[in-house]
Amino acid sequence: MVHWSAEEKQLISGVWAKVSVEECGAEALARLLIVYPWTQRFFSDFGNLSSPTAIVGNPKVRAHGKKVLTSFGEAIENLDNLKGTYSRLSELHCDKLHVDPENFRLLGDMCPIVLAAHFTKDFTPACQATWQKLVGLVAHALARKYH
Amino acid sequence: MLTAEDKKLIQQMWGKLGGAEEEIGAEALTRMFCSYPPTKTYFPHFDLSPGSDQVRGHGKKVVAALSNAIKNLDNLSQALSELSNLHAYNLRVDPPRFSLQFLSQCLQVALATRLGKDYSPEVHSAVDKFMSAVASVLAEKYR
Repeated sequence: MVHWSAEEKQLISGVWAKVSVEECGAEALARLLIVYPWTQRFFSDFGNLSSPTAIVGNPKVRAHGKKVLTSFGEAIENLDNLKGTYSRLSELHCDKLHVDPENFRLLGDMCPIVLAAHFTKDFTPACQATWQKLVGLVAHALARKYH
Repeated sequence: MLTAEDKKLIQQMWGKLGGAEEEIGAEALTRMFCSYPPTKTYFPHFDLSPGSDQVRGHGKKVVAALSNAIKNLDNLSQALSELSNLHAYNLRVDPPRFSLQFLSQCLQVALATRLGKDYSPEVHSAVDKFMSAVASVLAEKYR
């Protein structure tokens, strides 16, 4: 069972309250597709991904980024049961989407960078550590039902 | 492979830091020790408490090496040759791919906190590729 200290929960909820799920989600996904272009393989029906500008402006990328980060919000409401929260999504990513779980780690790592660019020095080392822990656990939960 | 555009973005970004480079080194290390506690195992001889002089000093060293690499993007292998020897034969940090990835992440977070939206996806991509290239060079002589 994962343990979350009161401070960690505060660092998560404090940041989350100020986040625009749509903006952050869009940005995190866009950065994934730009920084690790091979991840575009999962989004061949998204239309124009030919340049960073195209990716950032792509409405399907924005919409999907929002979806992904919305599910993060659910995880944050259920920090003590990440496995349960992501069980169905884990099966989906394995059985239907065929996504290598390494990609969850890559996308997860985009989040602290997006948050750092938004919150600048308020995104303290302690804050980053908590969020790195969270994205790591989410990635783990998403990989759990793979077979 | 670093494109000409990547190199330009990296050098421009580094130029924007206005002398904050040394602080960034210490901050990247502090963030790394905080987010990835196993990395502390390489510094049992250091005082790792917040504001430690040793961490500041080491951060300065790391950034100086990166600065030198950034001035020599066309020949990273040569620029980092000494460090490559050091990491392979003395320090033997667990596969650089592994630990540098954590330092890279934390350096990027430190840069993003300073540059805000100037740490654009394009700059982010260039820096990530650069750190990956640095890690490869440092790993060249491991075996």
